[in-house]
Amino acid sequence: MSDLNQQMAERYKNNFLKEIEEQAEMGEWVKMCMQCGLCSGSCPTNFHSGWDHPPQEIFMLIRAGKREEVLNAQGMYMCTSCYNCYVRCPRKVPVTHVMHGIAEYAYRIGRAPKNQPTMHLSRTFWNNATKYGRVNEVKLTQSLYFKDGLGAGIKKAMEMQTVALGLVKAGRLNPLEAIGGGHKCKDLKGIHAMLAKANELEAQRKAAKG
Amino acid sequence: MAETKTAAYICKGCELGTRLDTAALAKVATKSGKMNLVREHDFLCSAEGVAMIRDDIDNEGVTHAAICACSRRAKTEAFNFPTVAMSRGNLREGVIWIRPDTEEARETTQEMAEDYVRMACAEVKAMTVPPGNQKTGSVKTLLVVGGGMSGMTSALEASKAGYKVVLVEKSATLGGWAAKLHKRVPTREPFKAPEDNGVADMVARIEADANIKVYLNATIAKTDGAPGRFKVEIAIESGAIAQEDIGAIVQATGFSLYDANKLPEFGYGKTPNVVDQAGLEALAKEAAAAGKPICRPSDGQPVKSVVFVQCAGQRDASGTHLQYCSGFCCNTSIKQAMYFKDSNPDIDTVVLFTDLRTPGNGEDFYRAAQNKGVIFSKGVVSSVAASGNACAVKFKDLILNEETEAQADLVVLATGIVPNSGPDLDQLSEANRQAEGGNEEAKEQVVQLMSKSVLNLTYRQGPDMPQFKHGFNDSHFICFPYETRRTAIYTAGPVRRPMDILQAQEDATGAAMKAIQAMENAGLGKAAHPRAGDLSFPTVRLEGCTQCKRCTVECPFGAIDEDEKRFPLFNESRCRRCGTCMGACPVRVISFENYSVNTVGSQIKAVDVPDEFSEKPRILILACENDAYPALDMAGMNRHEYDPYVRVIPVRCLGSVNTIWITDALNGGYDGVMLMGCKHGEEYQCHFVKGSELGRYRLSKVGDTLKGMNLETERVHDLEVAITDIATLPQKINDYAALIKSFPPSPFKGF
Amino acid sequence: MARKEYAFYPGCSSQKGASASNYLVSVESMCKTLDIKMTEIPDWNCCGASVSYAESGELPRHVMNARNFALAESNLPGQDIVATCAACWLGARESKERLEHSDRLMADTQTALKEAGLQIKVIPEVRHMVEVLIEDLGYDELKKPVKKPLAGMKFAGYVGCQTNRPFGIAGESFENPMYLDKLIETVGGEAVKYDQKVTCCGGALAFSEPEKAQAQIKDIIEAAYDGGAEMIVTPCPLCQANVEVYQGQINKKYGTKFDIPVLYYSQLMTLAYGGSAKEAGLNGNVVRARKLEEFAGK
Repeated sequence: MSDLNQQMAERYKNNFLKEIEEQAEMGEWVKMCMQCGLCSGSCPTNFHSGWDHPPQEIFMLIRAGKREEVLNAQGMYMCTSCYNCYVRCPRKVPVTHVMHGIAEYAYRIGRAPKNQPTMHLSRTFWNNATKYGRVNEVKLTQSLYFKDGLGAGIKKAMEMQTVALGLVKAGRLNPLEAIGGGHKCKDLKGIHAMLAKANELEAQRKAAKG
Repeated sequence: MAETKTAAYICKGCELGTRLDTAALAKVATKSGKMNLVREHDFLCSAEGVAMIRDDIDNEGVTHAAICACSRRAKTEAFNFPTVAMSRGNLREGVIWIRPDTEEARETTQEMAEDYVRMACAEVKAMTVPPGNQKTGSVKTLLVVGGGMSGMTSALEASKAGYKVVLVEKSATLGGWAAKLHKRVPTREPFKAPEDNGVADMVARIEADANIKVYLNATIAKTDGAPGRFKVEIAIESGAIAQEDIGAIVQATGFSLYDANKLPEFGYGKTPNVVDQAGLEALAKEAAAAGKPICRPSDGQPVKSVVFVQCAGQRDASGTHLQYCSGFCCNTSIKQAMYFKDSNPDIDTVVLFTDLRTPGNGEDFYRAAQNKGVIFSKGVVSSVAASGNACAVKFKDLILNEETEAQADLVVLATGIVPNSGPDLDQLSEANRQAEGGNEEAKEQVVQLMSKSVLNLTYRQGPDMPQFKHGFNDSHFICFPYETRRTAIYTAGPVRRPMDILQAQEDATGAAMKAIQAMENAGLGKAAHPRAGDLSFPTVRLEGCTQCKRCTVECPFGAIDEDEKRFPLFNESRCRRCGTCMGACPVRVISFENYSVNTVGSQIKAVDVPDEFSEKPRILILACENDAYPALDMAGMNRHEYDPYVRVIPVRCLGSVNTIWITDALNGGYDGVMLMGCKHGEEYQCHFVKGSELGRYRLSKVGDTLKGMNLETERVHDLEVAITDIATLPQKINDYAALIKSFPPSPFKGF
Repeated sequence: MARKEYAFYPGCSSQKGASASNYLVSVESMCKTLDIKMTEIPDWNCCGASVSYAESGELPRHVMNARNFALAESNLPGQDIVATCAACWLGARESKERLEHSDRLMADTQTALKEAGLQIKVIPEVRHMVEVLIEDLGYDELKKPVKKPLAGMKFAGYVGCQTNRPFGIAGESFENPMYLDKLIETVGGEAVKYDQKVTCCGGALAFSEPEKAQAQIKDIIEAAYDGGAEMIVTPCPLCQANVEVYQGQINKKYGTKFDIPVLYYSQLMTLAYGGSAKEAGLNGNVVRARKLEEFAGK
């Protein structure tokens, strides 16, 4: 358990709902769920494997104070950001954002499941995007393939070879991006300073709560 | 009595003149209708046409008028001649609008029209002008039984409308359940917080109201008489009896909470920390008075966690407890949860429900509670166990699909309501029957049941209002929610179905208005709903009566008592003019001036029945005037065509159909008889509640008659019709006509 | 002067050589015909996209979009920001709403922007290219320049998620939006009915959990074929790529024989306006749209 995690668990004890309300983005909406289950039924990945808890259950688990089960859950990472649940919720709960918020919180306190592929993508994407201000698609793809080590990466790259080749031929994937080329913003210094400040302020805000 | 002079009027408007040979119709009216005076007119409902009829009445001495034009449901304001007997031949909706305008159809259409002219002439000759009920009472004081929210509302509303009210309350104070509430569910925007129960204000208004006379600690000892002239005896605290003359009654006797002692598995009675909703209100009131938070009864410590158990003993499928939803308890639990959250947001407040039902604006209230941090969980509670000062609530979480447990300082059970509706009349009449036979147990049961009586009516059919599902007093659920089976006595509020305060107040207002209408109609000798304004009333030729009691038992409204000689005693003011007694009477001695065995029977006989070689069958349709006949009219308005061989006669209710009509029709050579009446049973739509059911019961015996006559039993067909069956009804008629045509012609033709 | 001017936010995928570069090419051609001037926001940055939720946190994500707002506002005053990418539009518009509804978020955002020497006065309107076409010009105006109607061609208008939810195009339903079908009909094509119009393509899960995404993509393509479509049309770069480039892998896994071109609405419009295959960016399609290539050559 990370220090942050320990602190939070101590502070809130049994009141996990309050913890989520204060720490997770849009967490204040959890209490407004009326348990109709439309979100779960509307989710495109609901019918695939990997779902331990669909949104309806995540909401209920939080209200039942089941901290461990929520923070260890895989369900949030099944989100494709399709916003079906969001527009259909009769209570206008922004389910998509609540799922993202809970995932972010679990990750922040070091509880996100290890090797969760979408979690990995999320981090990789943001780091890639903020490094140069714009996404470097080739490097993004590479770092995704090689997350499980060199061998697995090559295997995956081979599988995807035809896909990549097609894109290269169509002028939609530039291999040169991998070796220093690619798109970037001019004012990288400004962007990095701005993000550093934003991170600092965000950390202060979250710490002030609870 | 003035000399009888009959007249027939044939209208040529609305294309009647071009579609039909009206000169031939006039000839029919003269020759077979034997009318003294026959006139055609181009536009009979015009001012000029109406003036013509008026002139005949005033100057030619016409006493009986057969208006052969449109349906009796149309142009009623134009054809309004209350001093003469009047019939209507339905040539428009009943003939030209349901037949194609083709050369081939012309002959059968004309035949149809001629029959309707004959029928109108025959009917009117069998009628007299109803003089109105002479045994009226003109008392305009309303009795309200029950001084809760519903009763107080009825009293105030009636007073506002200018009527005197006698309000009788069995307890020592007004206010009923509402007075026991710490606060009530909000009634206005933004529906976010409980509000004052509002009782003090209403009580003050009642006390200040000179129109309202209040009896506290009082019950109804006896209710005698009829609308407009009830004699009510009120038993007051001292043991004395007060007499009041009453015009109409609103029964607003409310409910009792379902007894939580029947739910031992939820810990009620085992620990003071399990309460029902009334118990929680008491705790909240006590706490508010002391300026303290709500405390745990076991040790007086402030409650830090509370669990609400919804549907405790309600919506029970096992048959042990209440089967129904009481309608208000979800909102009440939300309100009670707010008592805690509004005083201290840190109190853990959990509502365990299976389906949260929040009628009215309860959805906003529910959301407000969620916003305040009340936790709502879908769960079914299996047990509540007490240990020391804490309760353990075991429940199945329906979302997470697991058995789990919650700890609470206090548990509140939402137990729901049982109506204070008096004894069950069927049960009572059965007990009475057995008691008369000397059964001692039954005698005790009678005493016990009678102790629950609210109104103590002296009616032949029992001392209280009839009950319907689950012991609630019957009201016409589907079509006329205020109507009951006792004229000028209306039930209001949760005694007739589960409802909350706001609904009960609306209900009580409506009941007061209906009661005022009933008093006014009674004073004028007119019928109440659904034949409001009808001046006819049943008369009986007692010399022919065999004292079979069918009329006194079957009258859906308890209008007929028995006199000392056991003859039927009609209380005309209680009568709704449905004619069920007339349909029931085996010796046919009951009739109305304008509706009798003869008015219908003579129409049946007036129809020209062609011989068996003509291939023109005749089918009689007896159609309920409340739903089936309007549906047929509207089919006409929509130009839905149907078979030309049917002849339709409207009846007041299927219950008024005397089987002699059917036998006469079959004996007279009709090939089939179709009866159209309203739905009966649990979701009845019969305007007279039991009429169609009784009518159908009698019809079920007709099969034997048919067999006796050697006829196919399918020749008599009972069809359930709702007023909305406009498009499907013609098809059903045609299907039936096709069936009849597949049989050989009736062997009774030409006899 | 052009009849309409906008601050253009192409986004990471619609740059030259990036995965939606053919979208960019066709939008440029289409706008030229319609006399719309699109000026790129100088030094714009990534919107963060939806999938960065775990690492980005709340404020940094909004700050990224705020930087674009500040740049657009100072360099292209008075112009609406127009995105062609559904995700860019969604991300930017969501940040706009959140910042405008929270004084705290706005104050923090201004503090962070200051580090880059920027500030926000008024956040410009954030719009999708499709909104510009439908709302600022209208179907009638879009129809006027049509020289070569795409007569007899059947398209499945695949709306997908993020131009449709949560904001959507004004007046359209979430469950059955019609604007894409209307655009197809405006350029003379036939919009077929099929039942996966707003199904998710899997989004970013195409990278992280390809089996799940590809199962959804398979359903979409199958439905398009069942509806009688010859081609699929979409307004979103990720929809386009996901539905197009995995067809080979799906065929291998499921034994299907998918070979259906997936185009942008802007490619159809460019062709109908008489543009060449190159101007429409047809060479950027991995599954070649041969019927359209022939059509353009005529």
